[in-house]
Amino acid sequence: MRPLGEERTINRNGLLVIYRKEMADHIHSRRFFIVLCLILITSFASIYGSVSTLIEDSLSGLQADYLFLQLFTLSSGTIPSFMSFIALLGPFVGITLGFDAINSEMTEGTMNHLVSQPVYRDSVINGKFLAAATMIFVMVFSMGLIIGAVGLLVIGIPPSAEEVGRIFVFLLFTGVYICFWLALSILFSVLCRHTATSAMLGIACWIFFALFMSMVVSVLVSVISPAESILTWGQLLDAYNLELGLNRLSPYYLYSEAVSTIMSPTVRTTNAILPQQLSGAITGYLSLGQSLLLVWPHLVALLAVTAVIFAVSYIVFMRREIRSR
Amino acid sequence: MDQMERIIIHTEGLTKCYGEKTAVSELNLDIRKGEIFGLLGPNGAGKTTTILMLLGLTEPTSGTASINGRDCTRDPIGIKTMVGYLPDQMGFYADMTGRENLRFTGRLNGLKGTLLEERIDSLLERVRMTEAADKKTGTYSRGMKQRLGIADVLMKDPQVVIMDEPTLGIDPEGMRELTDLIRRLSVEDGRTILISSHQLYQVQQICDRVGLFVEGKLIACGKIEELAEQVQQEGNYVLETAAVPDDGGFKALLNDLGNVRQVERQGDVYVVRSRNDVRRELLRRSLDQGYTLSHLRLRGGDLDEIYRRYFEKSDEKAGKSNEKSGKSGAAGGRLAALRGRKNDKQERASGDL
Repeated sequence: MRPLGEERTINRNGLLVIYRKEMADHIHSRRFFIVLCLILITSFASIYGSVSTLIEDSLSGLQADYLFLQLFTLSSGTIPSFMSFIALLGPFVGITLGFDAINSEMTEGTMNHLVSQPVYRDSVINGKFLAAATMIFVMVFSMGLIIGAVGLLVIGIPPSAEEVGRIFVFLLFTGVYICFWLALSILFSVLCRHTATSAMLGIACWIFFALFMSMVVSVLVSVISPAESILTWGQLLDAYNLELGLNRLSPYYLYSEAVSTIMSPTVRTTNAILPQQLSGAITGYLSLGQSLLLVWPHLVALLAVTAVIFAVSYIVFMRREIRSR
Repeated sequence: MDQMERIIIHTEGLTKCYGEKTAVSELNLDIRKGEIFGLLGPNGAGKTTTILMLLGLTEPTSGTASINGRDCTRDPIGIKTMVGYLPDQMGFYADMTGRENLRFTGRLNGLKGTLLEERIDSLLERVRMTEAADKKTGTYSRGMKQRLGIADVLMKDPQVVIMDEPTLGIDPEGMRELTDLIRRLSVEDGRTILISSHQLYQVQQICDRVGLFVEGKLIACGKIEELAEQVQQEGNYVLETAAVPDDGGFKALLNDLGNVRQVERQGDVYVVRSRNDVRRELLRRSLDQGYTLSHLRLRGGDLDEIYRRYFEKSDEKAGKSNEKSGKSGAAGGRLAALRGRKNDKQERASGDL
């Protein structure tokens, strides 16, 4: 066997190697296949629902603008819209892709091997996050394209440039939202020794934010400002703003609010406003730029939370001593 | 000769504390280029911690370590390019084949193209894994994983190979192949090899020098023969003997020999501990009293005994016990305990999902 001499170059592309391997792992994994099937089925169910509602509406003579957007936002009586499906199932995708990122490698003993190779240790966690994030964006955008294509075939009305822009922003938001859940589940996978624990924690957070957060918030608000003590309009507005603010702590709420603003040009504000403030306003649609302005804070908040959570897992991972098993 | 004497691994006052507990204390170790060095000690003695510090995977509390002149803490990437590490439970990606696992390691080490593929093939050949190379590693036996692990370590063409408990849980045939492989790494390729183990017998077979580790301290270091001599010079002779007829009188005879500290019955033989070599005296006396010796062997050449003696010594220093029989019992108990612990660990690992 030839000894390796000068032919070997010091590897500065550890990140790229790990990224490629993680991508390949995701694509070949059965888990990813199941997630993909689940998302496909739900999107087709939702598009079926929205198309059937659109047809009913047109038969009963209702005419709406932004028909193409309604493919994503309209729900029939029984089937939720694509938007609410994604808000609910997006976390599942993120958690599935990340919940065992670090701790499974620890228990398999492969982490030990990985960190004794000449690559920087942060390449491991960065590579894993980037690979999963890439998968998420690819999945989200291809799903959007599929729905668009099916919708185009069924309703036959091409989308306007603004609609395309809105859908693009919607998909971008969705990607960031799922990446938040990915970061959260990677954090749990760094903190917990067992993959089952980290998966449970991730799922618990998901269910809490999606189902219970609003209940907890309404209980909190009724404790902080009970109904009997509200005497003036100002106090009522304060109580409402408090509830809204607390609700926005949940990424689920934040995302839902942001995408419904983006996807329905009629939404003029995300906060409560008084009738006086509305006086003199002309009824009409907001342009994409204006809608974006409304949800800009939401995007920044989602990105910031994602970054903070990833930073915590990064620091914990970098400081951890890695022993075999 | 000059080349052989060059020191490649050097530590100075290396210390690692976990909270109150000192895992490794004031370790001064020099390992020469091309030798096989055995790091011996029970579990929890600080062997793995020492290895982690050498690899730059954990920071020492104080002291320094260097390999080939590079600081292990400051230049971990440089260290990792020339040091191969084989952990006690080598982890491979179970859903990738052996070849794919090696390819990944090779890429991490900056190899690519035909150089990478050639290297994989020749290494698989070398560890005799060519037939199994395209099976998933999840189906491999422990011995196969260990052999693939060696191929994996050699991907980067390391100057130093560090192995943590390489012989653990391998069947005798696999063990023979493995020790053979390790020998060849040192003799044919001139690599320096550091083996950590608690399995004395295997270490004795392959190591040039050993260091005994107890509770974070290196209590002895040197060639096995030197250690044995050292033990004997300190007046610790251990004799195994048996005689016909096997009655109480023989034990009395043994006790009566000059300089005997302790006589103990172990199975079919008596174990006599004495301050000097009593074989000649024993022979003469037993002949006089009508006993025929059926067995006579001087212990001490094997590592088990050296290990045991050093345990007793470190206990003596600690002043844990004054009674000799108590001490040897404690040392034996500790040996048994560490073996038992290792078994426990394996069982736990297999039961723990």
